[in-house]
Amino acid sequence: MSIFPPTERVWWNQPIEKTEVMWVTIAFVWALVMFFMMPYWHISGEQNLSNEAYKVNPEVYGEKVEAWAEKYTIREEGDTGIPVVRPPAGGDVYMLGRTWEWWPIVELQKGQSYRFHLSSMDWMHGWSLLPENINIQVHPNYEMIFTVKPTSSGEFGVICNEFCGIGHHTMVGKIYVTDK
Amino acid sequence: MAEFRTCPDTGFKIDLAADKLIKWNAVTAVVFLLVGGLFGLMVALTRWPAVHLLPADLFYLALTAHGLDVLIVWIVFFEVALIYFCACVLLNARMVLPKVAWLGYILMLGGAAITNVAVLSGESSVMFTSYPPMMAAQEFYLGIILFAVGALLACLVFFATIITAKKERTYEGSLPLVVFGAMTATIIAVFTILSGAVILVPTWLWSLDLLANIDTLMYRVIWWGFGHSSQQINVVAQISIWYAIAAILFGAKPLSEKVSRGAFLLYILFLQLASAHHLLVDPGISSEWKIFNTSYALYLAVLASMIHGLTVPGAIEAAQRKKGFNKGLFEWLRKAPWGNPVFSGMFLSLILFGFLGGITGVMMGTEQLNIIIHNTLYVPGHFHGTVVVGTTLAFMAMSYWLVPTLWQKELVFPGLAKWQPYLFGLGMGLVSTFMMGAGTLGVPRRHWDMTFADATLGYDFPAAANLMMGLNGVAAVIGSIGAAIFILNMVGTILWGKAKVPAPAAAAEAPAAPSVTGAATSYGSAGTMEVPGTFVLALIFLTAFILYYFVNWKYLSGVWGLS
Repeated sequence: MSIFPPTERVWWNQPIEKTEVMWVTIAFVWALVMFFMMPYWHISGEQNLSNEAYKVNPEVYGEKVEAWAEKYTIREEGDTGIPVVRPPAGGDVYMLGRTWEWWPIVELQKGQSYRFHLSSMDWMHGWSLLPENINIQVHPNYEMIFTVKPTSSGEFGVICNEFCGIGHHTMVGKIYVTDK
Repeated sequence: MAEFRTCPDTGFKIDLAADKLIKWNAVTAVVFLLVGGLFGLMVALTRWPAVHLLPADLFYLALTAHGLDVLIVWIVFFEVALIYFCACVLLNARMVLPKVAWLGYILMLGGAAITNVAVLSGESSVMFTSYPPMMAAQEFYLGIILFAVGALLACLVFFATIITAKKERTYEGSLPLVVFGAMTATIIAVFTILSGAVILVPTWLWSLDLLANIDTLMYRVIWWGFGHSSQQINVVAQISIWYAIAAILFGAKPLSEKVSRGAFLLYILFLQLASAHHLLVDPGISSEWKIFNTSYALYLAVLASMIHGLTVPGAIEAAQRKKGFNKGLFEWLRKAPWGNPVFSGMFLSLILFGFLGGITGVMMGTEQLNIIIHNTLYVPGHFHGTVVVGTTLAFMAMSYWLVPTLWQKELVFPGLAKWQPYLFGLGMGLVSTFMMGAGTLGVPRRHWDMTFADATLGYDFPAAANLMMGLNGVAAVIGSIGAAIFILNMVGTILWGKAKVPAPAAAAEAPAAPSVTGAATSYGSAGTMEVPGTFVLALIFLTAFILYYFVNWKYLSGVWGLS
């Protein structure tokens, strides 16, 4: 009985029953399959996060984003005053998180790859692209860079899913993806 | 010199000092379950779009308090009671250093109170995880540190007690498997608390303006070494309880001591790597690091859980078959005491933990799959499948045995108790399921308003997401009624329960004495050859696991290209 000491002192020599041996073997094989799925996906899957990141001062990052946005702004979003920025296909895309907005709005072209830069100006934020449901943790002082290739077009929401203070639930941004 | 009483139900010798400490820790745990549970109910009712109970500031406050009071305070107080029970009662041992144990209790209680006051005063709505650079009041960190020091003292008393018990030969041979499990949990607890100290002490100093800066990435790596490992203590504690209840109700022995103990050993070696589960989409960490750590090396801790998932019901099946419940694959299970909350709570905990908590945890802990899960409501959905319907339900099941036995009182509402595990298990199981469902649609965790009513730019979730959040609210109410019945039963039994009639009436229900069970065979599976029913259940579990795992790879393959 499991609440008493083993009845035989030398329990480590007792045979293991065959159901247990079978199950341990099956479970271990499954564990290996799951383990190797991750490197396998790095080789042949289309959705992997890059390992590229840099330490960055939030102010410096903010200036970079603003300079970039100024260069490629094509219009403003309604009467909100938020710029919509359309960078050349294959180029860099910058977005910053701060209380409480994702800035600026970005317009991309379907099927093209972009180098996407993300960082925070203040707290930690959670970059959540919907309805794709792609989620990335955004730290202040770290600039993360990964390649994004939109495979669908339309209007996409970017919400914040890391708690960032009392206005957290109003932090929404946008990405447009055009067919051409 | 320690004084003992003999438990009339079990024949164990109980050190009176330990008796008192077990009771105080258990009662305090239940009080915090009540407090933290109420906060949880308020959170669920706020996230129900049609109800939207609390204003934003109170919602974030309640969510912070909910996390702390149930995830840490309720569970750790109960675990302290549990390790004292295992070390003293199960080994017939005297408690070493009861004064240190009381100091630990006072520190834990004081720490929990200080942190709660900091949160309730409104200055520390930083969530349970308290990520910098957002800063809480310094008392917030101080309280957690004091609580952790108290818990560390409890670990110390546990180790001192089992070492002394060995020296004084209060038991023969190896530790009982359940105590071995408790020791595993305590070893992981020491690692956990030390990780917590490494990160929370500097963070506290930072909140006192004595340190200029806390690196956010470093914080997350180390904090989760504390935060996730603390949940691994729960897994081990709950599995020890499964073994204990199987033994108490069925006289079940482990199928093989070697396999079950080996699985516990795998936990000690690998469980702590799970800090990585939280960092899979963070900048500045390499994929190699992520893959190795998130998979516990080669999923060796998952392997351990899958082993316990077979050996616990397997031990019950073997014991039942020995008693003659031998017909077909499942007579042993059908004829189990489903009306006894000790059993039903334990078995539901086993099933729900495996299917709701286990499978989903492994899935979302996969490096790339985490991209479509991270920080959505799926995450709390998963851990309500582990910590609530797994750990908390197991602790409730254990309480239905422990409280009447230790206090020697009859349950006040045995009829309600019969239904309680089903009500709580069903309600909270659905909470877990609906949150995960909403999470797959992208609904964020820790979020006051998914309609984005006050936002400059909006986003519309599909109607299904709103529906699921409503159903989540309904399920949370059902689960809360279940929790309330449990608390009422425990408090009522301790305060007004009728004294148990000592033997022989009680003896009939009591667990079999060692002499009885030791009789027929030497280890659990001897004489019955096989546990085919359990094996079939395990294969059903594995099939669900494999299907669910690959369905999510399919989902991932449909999203935008990332590299």
